Amino acid sequence: MGVPRSPANRVAPSRPRSPRPGWFSWVDVVVAAGLLVLLYVVIRLGKDITLSFTPTQVSGIDTDPVRLPYYAGRSLLRMFAALAVSLVFTLVWAYAAAHSRRLERVLIPALDILQSVPVLAFLTVAVTAFVALFPGSVLGLELASVFAIFTSQAWNMTFAFYHSLITTPRELDELSRGMGFSRWMRFWKVELPSGAIGLVWNAMMSFGGGWFFLVASELISVSNREYTLPGVGSYAGAAIVAGNLGHVGWAILTMAILVIGVNFLFWRPLTAWAERFKVEQSEAAQVQRSLVLDFLRRANWPRLLGRALAPLREAAGRAGRAFGVDDRPLLVDVRRRRAGDVLFTVVTLALIGWGLVSLVGYLADQPAGLSVFAEPLLLGLATLARVVVLVAVATLVWVPIGVKIGFSPRLTRIAQPVVQILASFPANFLFPLATWLFLRTGLSLNIGGILLMALGAQWYILFNAIAGAMAIPTDLREAMDDLGVHGWRRWKRLIIPGVFPSYVTGAITASGGAWNASIVAEVVTFGGTTLTATGLGAYIAHATATGDHPRLLAGVAVMSMYVVLINRLFWRRLYRLAEHRYSL
Amino acid sequence: MALLTVTGLTKSYAGADGDLPVLAGIDLDINEGEIVALLGKSGSGKSTLLRCLAGLIPPSSGTITYRGRPLTGANPGTAMVFQTFALLPWLTVQQNVEIGLEARGLPARERREAALKAIDLIGLDGFESAYPKELSGGMRQRVGFARALVVEPDVLLMDEPFSALDVLTAENLRGELLELWESGEFPTKAIVLVTHNIEEAVLLADRVVVLASRPYGTIRATYDIPLPRPRDRDSADFTKLIDVIYQTMTGRGHDTPLPPPGVRAPAKRTPANTPLPAASVDGFSGLAEILQRHGGRLDVAELTDELSLEVDDLLPLIDALELLGFAAVEGTEVRLTPQGCAFSEADVQTSKEIFAPAAIEIPLVRFIATSLANSVDGRLRAGFFRDVLAHHYTSEQVAEQLDVATDWGRYAELYSYDTLHEEYSLEAPPD
Ligand SMILES: Nc1ncnc2c1ncn2[C@@H]1O[C@H](COP(=O)(O)OP(=O)(O)OP(=O)(O)O)[C@@H](O)[C@H]1O
Ligand SMILES: [Mg+2]
Repeated sequence: MGVPRSPANRVAPSRPRSPRPGWFSWVDVVVAAGLLVLLYVVIRLGKDITLSFTPTQVSGIDTDPVRLPYYAGRSLLRMFAALAVSLVFTLVWAYAAAHSRRLERVLIPALDILQSVPVLAFLTVAVTAFVALFPGSVLGLELASVFAIFTSQAWNMTFAFYHSLITTPRELDELSRGMGFSRWMRFWKVELPSGAIGLVWNAMMSFGGGWFFLVASELISVSNREYTLPGVGSYAGAAIVAGNLGHVGWAILTMAILVIGVNFLFWRPLTAWAERFKVEQSEAAQVQRSLVLDFLRRANWPRLLGRALAPLREAAGRAGRAFGVDDRPLLVDVRRRRAGDVLFTVVTLALIGWGLVSLVGYLADQPAGLSVFAEPLLLGLATLARVVVLVAVATLVWVPIGVKIGFSPRLTRIAQPVVQILASFPANFLFPLATWLFLRTGLSLNIGGILLMALGAQWYILFNAIAGAMAIPTDLREAMDDLGVHGWRRWKRLIIPGVFPSYVTGAITASGGAWNASIVAEVVTFGGTTLTATGLGAYIAHATATGDHPRLLAGVAVMSMYVVLINRLFWRRLYRLAEHRYSL
Repeated sequence: MALLTVTGLTKSYAGADGDLPVLAGIDLDINEGEIVALLGKSGSGKSTLLRCLAGLIPPSSGTITYRGRPLTGANPGTAMVFQTFALLPWLTVQQNVEIGLEARGLPARERREAALKAIDLIGLDGFESAYPKELSGGMRQRVGFARALVVEPDVLLMDEPFSALDVLTAENLRGELLELWESGEFPTKAIVLVTHNIEEAVLLADRVVVLASRPYGTIRATYDIPLPRPRDRDSADFTKLIDVIYQTMTGRGHDTPLPPPGVRAPAKRTPANTPLPAASVDGFSGLAEILQRHGGRLDVAELTDELSLEVDDLLPLIDALELLGFAAVEGTEVRLTPQGCAFSEADVQTSKEIFAPAAIEIPLVRFIATSLANSVDGRLRAGFFRDVLAHHYTSEQVAEQLDVATDWGRYAELYSYDTLHEEYSLEAPPD
């Protein structure tokens, strides 16, 4: 018979509490001041956004380093605006897909394709559209930039939340329906909290990836016209044009501070706070900690705010009843449902068909006709070769290093945050330096492009190799030591199988990132010189710059197709293999 | 009038050619003032029936009425207590308890009052602001009770509420529940309890409804338990009832209508009429060894004590031994056959040699082995067997049948199975 469990009132985990439940402490003053400053900064920065401009005056980036904090603020504002939009998109899209049988069949495949589309190619289309929407105002450009960052963040987050919605535990579903929850209550009390951890972590990863697109979108030329938004990215761009390496250095430093600062002040506290949404019913041995969160918890503010907001929550709950009750009728009219399905399918297919017909018509009218697809298909092979080399080399280099790090807790503690930040650091920031190097050494961009793409993509492989190695149980390693299994046999029997699932995840992200990066890595400039590689990325970049829409369309479509096909034919199989055979 | 009335209920899940019933011909009344226990082997449809009563899953045919009105959605007169508690970890105990009232749109003050009263009633004072993860299993299930009771449902539905708790905690909680029920303070009018523990059923219920599982869930027998409370487990009446119900559950009692009316006993065993019990080789080998240690025969009650297993966990193992011809069951006694003795005494290799000929006699195992022998290259996809079985079992049951057949066939070295490619083959897997 099992040992009876320890008595009911186990000691609650000591959670940082406010020292006295008084009204105010110095912590509160600090927090209040911080909020006030934040508000002021947002207003100050936001004020400039609606300034009118004429496209010629835009490139007036002042490369005096004193202006950098201001530019950094503008960049940061864009990042958070995009995060907010992504969040709203995620909630709406995932909810619709998870709760409507019919919409699900359209929304989820669409998402799968969308996440394979090279985001950077979107940017040009977005800039043209948004600038046309808000003529004469920076707002159009701002929105285009936010949109670009959004497209790099949203899909991951949506998939994560959708997944958590459809895997809502059966008892919680039964609880919600059995107790007659309103739909709002189900969402607010069950679904959102269950998905919170996945959402926060995915948002954090996506946010890290977003810096790259921020930098790319601040400096873009569309249809032979340069558009520039004030920000760190454009500052660096201006510094590069001016050939001032000192200023470039300042920009890189600012960027590093931004990435690390946001991590420390925003994501760490948020992930630590999200721990409360863990579904496991037991205390985890290791929890996320955050100094900032501990500090905030010592303030009385959150509690007071919570109390002040209680009536609002009540009101929201009451208003939420308008969305109806979470119930499923026991009797369904099969014929009506069938008719609805048929109608939905017909309308969807008709819309898609109509779109296809007009697309083909548009392309056929262009001088190149439908043969416009031939060139990108061939060029895609060149870029594919680069991606393959990149992933292969990064694997050979970083997996052994990652395993070494992952096996040593001390190294892991140091290396993991560093790698996380390296992965977030926008690699395109460093492109000019690399280009300068290529120019000096005479290295062809056909080869050098691989290096540029790798600057950003490789870290995912390292990061996941570390995580995979950490997940290998110590007793397994000790058993291998006992049995005297060393060298290649140890790799074959223990390390490769152990790291594999995690590695596959990293490699998928890395190869996706590399495809995307090819658009900015296959054409680079430094000073007055432009280097161009042969590849699909350069093709798209060129079509973008010259406003050649048929080519742009063909390039984007072909690149998406490459990514989707490789995902389906290669990565997904590896994923399955990893799940079935190699899960520890 | 009965609170809940079930008439002619059937519930089917999709099979290959049309729907397969997991419940059929259920007629049941739940009356005011009674505790009804639904008892049956694993897979007999207890949980399915309970969820039909709660209006959470639609019956395939038949009707369920609450106070005379047929259900169209979730039953407004019931509340459920879950085996796994189903608490929301991000809410405090009090917020968890309040949640049903919140759903009804009660203002905050009234919610609070009612919740505190329920918390008090169920013995959770002092834990109002704790989070579920800070609580022990027993305390968590108390929260589950309080949450269900606070909405004052007419009927409290409980799906194995004590089986995730350790023995002592479960015993304690059962006692408190009964006290509360007897005290007249209980806010509900009836209780339906799903359990696979016979003793628990006889201890708590006024009426025990035994569900049969083959060929599908029907009510095999109903027993009124007239014993006064508190009930004495050692009394002769109590133990006699347990014996009778045990024999009914295992389908060996004389008062059981087996085979069910309309179904004639089949002459030949086929994969369709001989489902494999959910027992692993390790499981029934272990049982055989224990029987061997006790001189080859043991009473089921002693066995459950010896193994500290619920009878329901034990039944599939006994069924497996019986199906393989390693054991015979008489009344409530399990006896090893000579083969069974040999099997349990042998070392691994010999036990495999004894097991293989017995396993090949099992219809599904034989079917897989012969199909493979007759296939072109000695390999067949699992999908093939799934399709064949789908004519007789629901998708969930098919998966279970194949899992067991795979385990047995692998151990007997009759065939191997490649999980990645979902393929059976005759040859041994490459090293
Ligand atoms: N959604 C489903 N689809 C197909 N078959 C199902 C489904 N749900 C249940 N079944 C099958 O119906 C039968 C009855 O299931 P149910 O969960 O009601 O049994 P139970 O008596 O509660 O068993 P247990 O004691 O294991 O909880 C089982 O054989 C199960 O495989
Ligand atoms: Mg059940």
